[in-house]
Amino acid sequence: MPFIPHTDEDLAQMLAVIGAPNIEALFDEIPKDLRIQGLPDIASGLTEMEMTREMKQRAAQDTVLACFLGAGAYEHHIPAAVWQLASRGEFLTAYTPYQAEASQGTLQLLYEYQTMMASLMGLEVSNASLYDGASALAEAVLMAVRANPKLSARRILLPANLHPHYRKTVETLVLPQGLQLDILPINEHSGTLDLAILKTEQEDLAALVIAQPNFYGGIEEVDALCDWAQAQGALVIAVVNPTAMALLKEPGAWGKNGADIACGEGQALGVPLAGGGPYFGFLCTKMAYVRQMPGRLVGRTVDQIGNTGFSLTLQAREQHIRRSKATSNICTNQGLAVTAATIYMSLLGATGLADVAKASHAKAQQLAAALIKLPGVSLGFKAPFFHEFVLKLPCPAASLIKALLAQDILAGFDLGLVSEQFKNAVLICVTETKNNADITAYVAAVESALSSISIEETSHAHI
Amino acid sequence: MLIFEISARNRRAAVQAPRPIATPKDIPQHLLRTSRPLLPEVSELQTVRHYTQLSQKNFSIDTQFYPLGSCTMKYNPRGVHALASLEGFISHHPLTPEAHSQGYLKSAYELQDILAHVTGLNAVSLAPMAGAQGEFAGVAMIRAYHLARGDTARTEFLVPDAAHGTNPATAVMCGFKVKEIPTDKNGDVDLDALKQAVGPHTAGIMLTNPSTLGVFERQIRTIAKTVHEAGGLLYYDGANLNAILGKTRPGDMGFDVMHINLHKTFATPHGGGGPGSGPVAANDRLKPFLPIPRVAFENQTYRWLTEKDCPQSIGRLSAFVGNAGIILRASIYARLLGREGLCRVAEYATLNANYLMVRLQKAGFTLAFPTRRASHEFIITFKQEAKTLGITAKDIAKRLLDYGMHAPTTYFPLLVAECFLIEPTETESKEELDRFVDALIAILEEAKTSPELLKQAPHTLPVRRLDDLKAAKDLDLRWQGTIA
Repeated sequence: MPFIPHTDEDLAQMLAVIGAPNIEALFDEIPKDLRIQGLPDIASGLTEMEMTREMKQRAAQDTVLACFLGAGAYEHHIPAAVWQLASRGEFLTAYTPYQAEASQGTLQLLYEYQTMMASLMGLEVSNASLYDGASALAEAVLMAVRANPKLSARRILLPANLHPHYRKTVETLVLPQGLQLDILPINEHSGTLDLAILKTEQEDLAALVIAQPNFYGGIEEVDALCDWAQAQGALVIAVVNPTAMALLKEPGAWGKNGADIACGEGQALGVPLAGGGPYFGFLCTKMAYVRQMPGRLVGRTVDQIGNTGFSLTLQAREQHIRRSKATSNICTNQGLAVTAATIYMSLLGATGLADVAKASHAKAQQLAAALIKLPGVSLGFKAPFFHEFVLKLPCPAASLIKALLAQDILAGFDLGLVSEQFKNAVLICVTETKNNADITAYVAAVESALSSISIEETSHAHI
Repeated sequence: MLIFEISARNRRAAVQAPRPIATPKDIPQHLLRTSRPLLPEVSELQTVRHYTQLSQKNFSIDTQFYPLGSCTMKYNPRGVHALASLEGFISHHPLTPEAHSQGYLKSAYELQDILAHVTGLNAVSLAPMAGAQGEFAGVAMIRAYHLARGDTARTEFLVPDAAHGTNPATAVMCGFKVKEIPTDKNGDVDLDALKQAVGPHTAGIMLTNPSTLGVFERQIRTIAKTVHEAGGLLYYDGANLNAILGKTRPGDMGFDVMHINLHKTFATPHGGGGPGSGPVAANDRLKPFLPIPRVAFENQTYRWLTEKDCPQSIGRLSAFVGNAGIILRASIYARLLGREGLCRVAEYATLNANYLMVRLQKAGFTLAFPTRRASHEFIITFKQEAKTLGITAKDIAKRLLDYGMHAPTTYFPLLVAECFLIEPTETESKEELDRFVDALIAILEEAKTSPELLKQAPHTLPVRRLDDLKAAKDLDLRWQGTIA
């Protein structure tokens, strides 16, 4: 019996203590007509050996590709120590630290994480994590509405260059509460938000969301945007790439007063791509708004004899205490992914993380510079970019992606999936994991793909 | 010591980072960072030692009995973890074209199928990233269903007073007013109160069955009929699914939609507070509203269903596909167990709970519902001991830690004073359960002879009892020193 330790003798003794003739009798409170007899439509179990063989085959089927695809999930080098430590049973198989004295390891680690993440964002406080970047943004939007002193403020401005999946997630999670989401357009040349078209806003504006870098990889003029929004009585929500924040100005330093909330996807900090999760969302803010935060918070305190210790705090915000008046329904978060991120940031340090950001940026620059030398190829936008950029092609992005896939290269994200107007544009990401040979191979693959695609199109034209 | 306190300026684990290069010139100066973030400055060995030592301060399933009620802290199989960590899965970008994702998609599809059979609800979405998000999805689906029929009057959600706190919080997130339904003295929903509460404003009800009181709600069909006749729908909180695998199904009880906590019933690791995963299952009525993406199998190929395929979907819940790694683990676990193994889970979880309950009752402990069978969990109350000995459930919980066992869930459900909600799970041996009974008997004896031992507990852990009031009053949420 997989994972069940009982011997026949155990079973007999236990039933005797209970006074039941058999296990079946223990289900006698379930009305008879609701009972089913087993699960005949599910296959029989497998041994670990059989399962291993099958899963190895499936994993091999999902070929490891040279990854130039980002769009919200990024391949970075993960030091070996990160997951060897995070996979220790004491981290892996513990639960939410409700019994603080028996959870000091997880609690201290979360306190250290909160310190690191708050500092990386230049803000005063970080929570202990949310599910992922997109849902963290939705929680930030709800939080901004609660935190904005204007009770009538229930409208949010989302930038047109926000990750399209983030926008959809925010819609799902906040629209039932009757909030209004408006889109702030971008300048079509720069791909960034257009300072020239900002106007005086109505009273009901609760918050402006600024993505840094934006979905196209471009770097926004955050100071002016932040100051403008706060002058309108709106809070500023920064949705940022945490690696980029080792190089770019941190949200707490934006404009005169700093962004009010910073959130985003933490995956880049030591969490593998893993098919889309588990990742983790982070959320930081100013102390003034701490009671409006969703999610767990760890505080440092003392025990009965004055020793330092850690415990969950401000739980009066949370669902298990406050029920229908809680700041969010969140319960479980992403503790293990945060454990990995904390160890990752410890190993990299401020200098190492900045090195990762600079190397990623430089390699993206290197690839972009080489690609635009190819005929018919150009950059989609003029703004400086971090480690991701839009490339305009003389053919549909889908054709290029398909051609490169045949050479085991994941070429990038097909922007035609987002908008028909971008069907000839691909979003390409380069991180520190790529060396000169990878970049040269990518350029050569694009060159040959473009020439064969154009030959194909020419021959089609003849027919 | 915090990791910052063992840091020294400019100490590095340099081999972990790429070779340093100059700051880029193409980014305008005013958009670059000028302050140095406060990150640790330590060697690799210091990091390894620090976090290894921290881990040793945790209780965990791997190291201790962890009978945390409503959390299903069962063994998390090592083989499952190893197989989900194979390179092809771990390096897989979530936006990889489907042709190169067939291995993962197949595993996800198989899990959808297994969950449909287990729940009796035939359509499944794996998108929600935790139980609470699954609840959100289910309640949002009910909202979307009423709105799609032009029924805008349904503004109330019914929630029993014994429910998990996430239930009322979720209903509010979905824009509903919450109406609490009381529980009768045997732990069942108060039917008269329910009949009074339902009406044209009722959007639905959220129920857990077996309930958080550790008993099976016997009147479930009457409840379903009452709510359905009033035009409302039924949401099933799947937190306690472990108790009924292969014995009865929420779909047969009359539920329209539910979530499943993969980190409970399907043995995925709890990770010190997540990640979880909370797939939703629905009947045909609610299927069109399931969150995206879902996995379909057509023409011998697996593919993602998105907005285009599911125009009535409540939408996306995450940037990608949900907690893929957890979904993969649950799929592998379910297939290792197979149909026989899944049924045995419910059988032995229920056996262990009933055995523990009867043994504790015989030892003189007070059961909250002495006339009822335990499901996979049950409640004991220390109301009497609190009165006669001045000892609280918290004191006993803290003392249990000294005996090397994690405490059960305390003070939940809120209905039962000074309570323990105890869930042993199927993976614990008889010896471990006996040890737990012995420990509680010994602690009760200590409560009579030396109560200070309990009030000051724990004594043997890395810290003594913590000052939670100070933690909330003098908020210290980050280290504010500087690295020397």
